[in-house]
Amino acid sequence: MPNMSPVKTPMPEQEPNVRNKNFEEVALGYTDEMAAEEAKRCLNCKNKPCVSGCPVGVRIPEFIQRVAEGDMEGAYQIIKTTNSLPAVCGRVCPQESQCEQKCVRGIKGEPVGIGRLERYVADWHMKHGAPEEFDVKPNGHKVAVIGAGPAGLTCAGDLAAMGYSVTVYEALHTAGGVLMYGIPQFRLPKEIVQKEIDALKEKGVKIKTDMVMGKVLSVDELFEMGFEAVFIGTGAGLPNFMNIPGEGLIGTYSANEFLTRVNLMKAYLDEYDTPIIRPKNVAVVGGGNVAMDAARTAKRLGAENVYIIYRRAEEQMPARKEEIHHAKEEGIIFKLLCNPIAIHGDDDGRVKAIECVEMELGEPDASGRRRPIAKEGSNFEIPVDSVVMAIGNSPNPLIRSTTEGLEANSHGCIVVDDTTMATTREGVYAAGDAVSGAATVILAMGGGKEAARSIDKYIQSKHSK
Amino acid sequence: MFKIVEKRILNDSMTLMAVEAPYIAKKAKAGQFIILRVNEFGERIPLTVADYDREKGTITIIYQKVGKTTLMLDQLNVGDEILDFIGPLGKATELEGYKNVAVIGGGAGCAIAYPQAKALHSMGTKVDMIAGFRSKDIIILEDEMKAASDRLMITTDDGSNGNKGFVTDALRKNIEEGTKYDLVIAIGPLVMMRAICNLTKEYNIKTLISMNPIMIDGTGMCGGCRLTVGGKTKFACVDGPDFDGHEVDFDEAIKRSRTYADLEKEATREYNCRLMEGANNA
Ligand SMILES: Cc1cc2nc3c(=O)[nH]c(=O)nc-3n(C[C@H](O)[C@H](O)[C@H](O)COP(=O)(O)OP(=O)(O)OC[C@H]3O[C@@H](n4cnc5c(N)ncnc54)[C@H](O)[C@@H]3O)c2cc1C
Ligand SMILES: Cc1cc2nc3c(=O)[nH]c(=O)nc-3n(C[C@H](O)[C@H](O)[C@H](O)COP(=O)(O)OP(=O)(O)OC[C@H]3O[C@@H](n4cnc5c(N)ncnc54)[C@H](O)[C@@H]3O)c2cc1C
Ligand code: SF4
Ligand code: SF4
Ligand code: FES
Ligand SMILES: [Mg+2]
Repeated sequence: MPNMSPVKTPMPEQEPNVRNKNFEEVALGYTDEMAAEEAKRCLNCKNKPCVSGCPVGVRIPEFIQRVAEGDMEGAYQIIKTTNSLPAVCGRVCPQESQCEQKCVRGIKGEPVGIGRLERYVADWHMKHGAPEEFDVKPNGHKVAVIGAGPAGLTCAGDLAAMGYSVTVYEALHTAGGVLMYGIPQFRLPKEIVQKEIDALKEKGVKIKTDMVMGKVLSVDELFEMGFEAVFIGTGAGLPNFMNIPGEGLIGTYSANEFLTRVNLMKAYLDEYDTPIIRPKNVAVVGGGNVAMDAARTAKRLGAENVYIIYRRAEEQMPARKEEIHHAKEEGIIFKLLCNPIAIHGDDDGRVKAIECVEMELGEPDASGRRRPIAKEGSNFEIPVDSVVMAIGNSPNPLIRSTTEGLEANSHGCIVVDDTTMATTREGVYAAGDAVSGAATVILAMGGGKEAARSIDKYIQSKHSK
Repeated sequence: MFKIVEKRILNDSMTLMAVEAPYIAKKAKAGQFIILRVNEFGERIPLTVADYDREKGTITIIYQKVGKTTLMLDQLNVGDEILDFIGPLGKATELEGYKNVAVIGGGAGCAIAYPQAKALHSMGTKVDMIAGFRSKDIIILEDEMKAASDRLMITTDDGSNGNKGFVTDALRKNIEEGTKYDLVIAIGPLVMMRAICNLTKEYNIKTLISMNPIMIDGTGMCGGCRLTVGGKTKFACVDGPDFDGHEVDFDEAIKRSRTYADLEKEATREYNCRLMEGANNA
């Protein structure tokens, strides 16, 4: 008998007023009973509309059926056939615009909590699952991967499973990309990401950190070293600024810097040395996931007033609905239809206020969203001691500028063939944010997977000639 | 892990270390830097590549003990390992095409200026090196700087070496005596570099300075190292660290360098206390 409740089994969460003072995970995860109950909401539809909404085609009804039957390991194995990081995706995928958007249960009520179930299964496996065994025969070919974010890690894992000897080169001292330095602990515990990375190492993937590729080694040198193909998954890590007066003041951060200090360098813990300003009043500029993460992080560092300043209306915010909801619960103040025009400082050069203008929505622009227009004379100031710019990131030019024959578009994104992920340089493939510009974890993984398939084909065809 | 193969105390506050880092040693050029992290809890700090040995695969750094991380680094000895050592970062200094260059170092800045003088000198460029120190007993790299230049002038603030004055005085004197420099390279405290730039502006001499803003990643990812140069935002770790000194907004850079001053002072104080305790208990 399916569970016909119109709403998802609620996710247990830390109380908003408790969690906004700690860095522990906000969503606590389903219990066995909750998972069983939610799994029973799935109708096991023949045409599986949900699957078409998932960029990597997770076999959703099949794994949910196993959960309903209590076969968690079976469920896990099904997910793993198409998704190498389920514990991550279950937590951070924008399900409402992907798998769950297509779920038939969403027509009358809420869709099945696919993400929550995926997370449940992955967490169950981490706790109870048997260690995976690998006896893949090495095929004698070497592939290099640049960048250890979700795109690079997925590509590396898939290639290792096919028998390739894979070496991942990562610029930072920790692998994981945005999963480690950007997305905060309270949304994606770093221990979980680390476990996924350790599992890759078990598979024989070599991960070399502290290697800024393009500087310490070039793509050409990788080929000289005997790698037969190179995958580029360097992400979109170059922070944009607004170019308004005052962005050089003390207390003005890019979201990347603010989040890196907290996540990668663990500035929120006393025993770590990296300093961070713990602001009292903060303005976070932007309306995406990055802005929500920065705002909620600032709150947890002890800020009294945290403002999200966004130039359009809430409906246009690119952040996941759940994150907006969580942010509001935690006391983040939303200043919508507002645009910063200057940051003001004191004599020591420290931020003291942000000046904004009110906006109104005009005609739709090229993106189809109504264009915000400034209201003349509506200037006002908010007293703050810190400003975090979360208005987007662009691909870093390091690899592009040091690799001959690698084409990029006017936004700096590496040009690839849509289906094979092949770049304009033979033997070099790319995917993830480096190709698409800032996007999502699951799209980066999907691209990494596709590239692994193409790299295999490329190397095999070269040798069968 | 990166092994320390040499450690040399230059004076009370400055130490030289050579570190095994074969990949970096193969590529490093004058003007570039590395970022290191001493241990798991440590911050990432940038230090200039003072020298490299491509054969031995080592990078030499010279650091001034100014706060917790440099003090912590100084606790390590030959045979110990540094957890992370990343580079070569930043752009190499463009040294081609000059005939007569003044290379100026202030204090610890001499450690950074010296490789540039050495590179220029080995290219056959005429090099005057001007090095400024507070007093005679903290002069470093005297022999090295002498070998890397045609003329070496050392000034001291207190005159204890018999040549009282600032590096700006020495530079002005050379210029007024008729030396025609087509480039000045100045490396040291921000206020010193600003003073040099004000002087060279008068004489219209191109001036390169090496900026040292607070950094984390060193790859262009955080934007924390940004400076205003010629009215535009630049990231020192990827666009620099060298910039045209006549274009740099020094006021902003000086203010930004003090971002964490209070936290740094506190961290250093605590660390020194712990070192003392350790010494007392030993
Ligand atoms: C704060 C924040 C929150 C987000 N929240 C979500 C969310 O909730 N859901 C979601 O789906 N997406 C979210 N995203 C987006 C998502 O994280 C990215 O789309 C995804 O991580 C892209 O993966 P990637 O592998 O292409 O690149 P990245 O994750 O950026 O990884 C690239 C890696 O390459 C390394 N690298 C770069 N240059 C070099 C070089 N020259 N040599 C060696 N290594 C190099 C980098 O250090 C990095 O480790 C968020 C992003 C941010 C910043
Ligand atoms: C490109 C570059 C090259 C450098 N080369 C050298 C060198 O060859 N020798 C040398 O002695 N010093 C060099 N420095 C400066 C050196 O990085 C700082 O002295 C060091 O970070 C101080 O750390 P601390 O914890 O010991 O002192 P703290 O007490 O924490 O800081 C003292 C001062 O150092 C600066 N500083 C602090 N943290 C950082 C950081 N993460 N990044 C940059 N600056 C910081 C600040 O101005 C601060 O006020 C260089 C800096 C840059 C940016
Ligand atoms: S990977 Fe993401 S989109 Fe696909 S099923 Fe899981 S949560 Fe949904
Ligand atoms: S669409 Fe919804 S109900 Fe149907 S199979 Fe997919 S998850 Fe189950
Ligand atoms: S140090 Fe992070 S961008 Fe330069
Ligand atoms: Mg410090």
